[in-house]
Amino acid sequence: MSDIAVTIRKRRGLGLGLVAWLAGIVFFLPIAWMALTSFHSETDAAANPPSFGAALTLDGYREFFGAGGGASPWPALINSTVASLVSTVCVLLLALPAAYALSIRRVRKWTDVLFFFLSTKMLPVVAGLLPIYLFAKNTGMLDNIWFLVILYTSMNLPIAVWMMQSFLAEVPVAVIEAAQIDGARLPTILARVVAPIALPGIAATALICFIFSWNELLFARVLTGVVAETAPVFLTGFITSQGLFLAKVCAASLVVSLPVLAAGFAAQDKLVQGLSLGAVK
Amino acid sequence: MTATTAPCAATPVRASRQPSARLRAWATRAPLLPALVFMIVVTQLPFVATLVISFFDWNALYPQARRFTGLDNYRQVLTDADLRHSVGTTVLLTVTVVLVSLVLGLVLALLLNHRFRGRGVVRTLLIAPFLVVPVAAALLWKHVLYNPEYGLLNGLLHYVGGPQPDWISRTPLLAVEASLVWQWTPFMMLILLAGLQSRDPEQIEAARVDGASDWQIFRHLTLPHLRRYLELGALLGSIYIVQNFDAVFTITSGGLGTANLPYTVYQSFYQAHENGLASAAGVLVVIGSIIIATFALRVVSSLFREEVSRA
Repeated sequence: MSDIAVTIRKRRGLGLGLVAWLAGIVFFLPIAWMALTSFHSETDAAANPPSFGAALTLDGYREFFGAGGGASPWPALINSTVASLVSTVCVLLLALPAAYALSIRRVRKWTDVLFFFLSTKMLPVVAGLLPIYLFAKNTGMLDNIWFLVILYTSMNLPIAVWMMQSFLAEVPVAVIEAAQIDGARLPTILARVVAPIALPGIAATALICFIFSWNELLFARVLTGVVAETAPVFLTGFITSQGLFLAKVCAASLVVSLPVLAAGFAAQDKLVQGLSLGAVK
Repeated sequence: MTATTAPCAATPVRASRQPSARLRAWATRAPLLPALVFMIVVTQLPFVATLVISFFDWNALYPQARRFTGLDNYRQVLTDADLRHSVGTTVLLTVTVVLVSLVLGLVLALLLNHRFRGRGVVRTLLIAPFLVVPVAAALLWKHVLYNPEYGLLNGLLHYVGGPQPDWISRTPLLAVEASLVWQWTPFMMLILLAGLQSRDPEQIEAARVDGASDWQIFRHLTLPHLRRYLELGALLGSIYIVQNFDAVFTITSGGLGTANLPYTVYQSFYQAHENGLASAAGVLVVIGSIIIATFALRVVSSLFREEVSRA
């Protein structure tokens, strides 16, 4: 290739890099603006044209955490944490053995079973919402966080089974056979041999399940009320405008999104694999 | 979990003559059973119940008047103007959001596939919208960007002396769509980027040596290779967006003609207590999803088989 062609290519590469930066900034702008507004006072936040250099304050966060007499978000945040963490643990406990039977010591027709799991994910939530609601109502499980845990487990189990089976398939068979010859039983094999090798994949699966549970609104909105309200349900309290409350809304949205942003960036490399149900590596 | 009753088949049940193949088969199956039974109980049974309820005229406020009506609910759902409108809205919302975010995602993936300074940072910036809690993202668009008096959009328009429109009431569906496109473009970008990075670099280099232009390489090598990733992105995106509730609920509360089917189902039993009608609408959502899912499963399974055969 001639020198000129190389220079042209390089220059164009630089141009494309600039375009990419621009696109990144445009997409990130709403989040950056939300973060900045959350540190402004309510009067500055509501200024038009926007006040970029206004004084920073933590008032929005104080308001959100109930300083102004509003409801405290802590119960909702705690409920969300419990529902997301416990359902993620349940998912892992159910998915790890299942993935083992679908990737290492395979059952017959294992692909059919895998696709059954996938097909349940394609069944929309509204398909079962009403009977689930009626069941909860008749058994006194309405407004109970443990009922949400069961539903979130079922919501994430197919994703976890798919992801884990693709991670477990990477565990060398020889290692497992050696453990079996030494007389190790399934729980021991899973805990001592398979889990350590597949750990990065299991961690990514857990993070993705956590994100989906934390984000969920429809089940939580229909099935919880005062006691078991989750963080997204708490946020729906901000749907109707309440005078000057922009900084408070921004603070609330940011605080509730922080765990997801953290988990998402931690799982960045495996995010695609999880979101595409293991179809893309 | 309560519903699981996995037989503990791994423990040998008495010393039978033949440590039979059947026993061994159950031992293989045992680890799978808890998950399988759990899924069937929690996801399949409620759907069967929905199906049954959809054949009843049942308003929760008048439980005594419950009676079997056959396909009447479906007739009502399909002839009711509001419900029919929500079917149309669902299709329009899903198709628009999927197509626009797919095209934007493709452009961004192509940009990110080049090497440039700070590529990792830009990737992180682009993924961020997908990692905002959906309700929070919808609130952000509703109050912080769209608000006609103090929203950022009108604030920026103010600088250039532009008009100050009330975005949500003027173009309600577009307002919902824009917020969803913002959230789903990163998803498409990630899938397509993975597709781009699985291309064969030697093939592209060979084409380049043979004098193929960038456009020719894109048109005849990259695009065919990406086809299945595009399909996968479109189908998975459709499955998630057909079900969207958060954005519609938050930004317009289903008003101004933006109610989609999930919102309508929610509203018809949660607020109107029409259990039978809600179930029929729910079944219709399922039929729509099954149509999409059949294609989705085919794409996933072809990618999957390729993966298995490569391993």
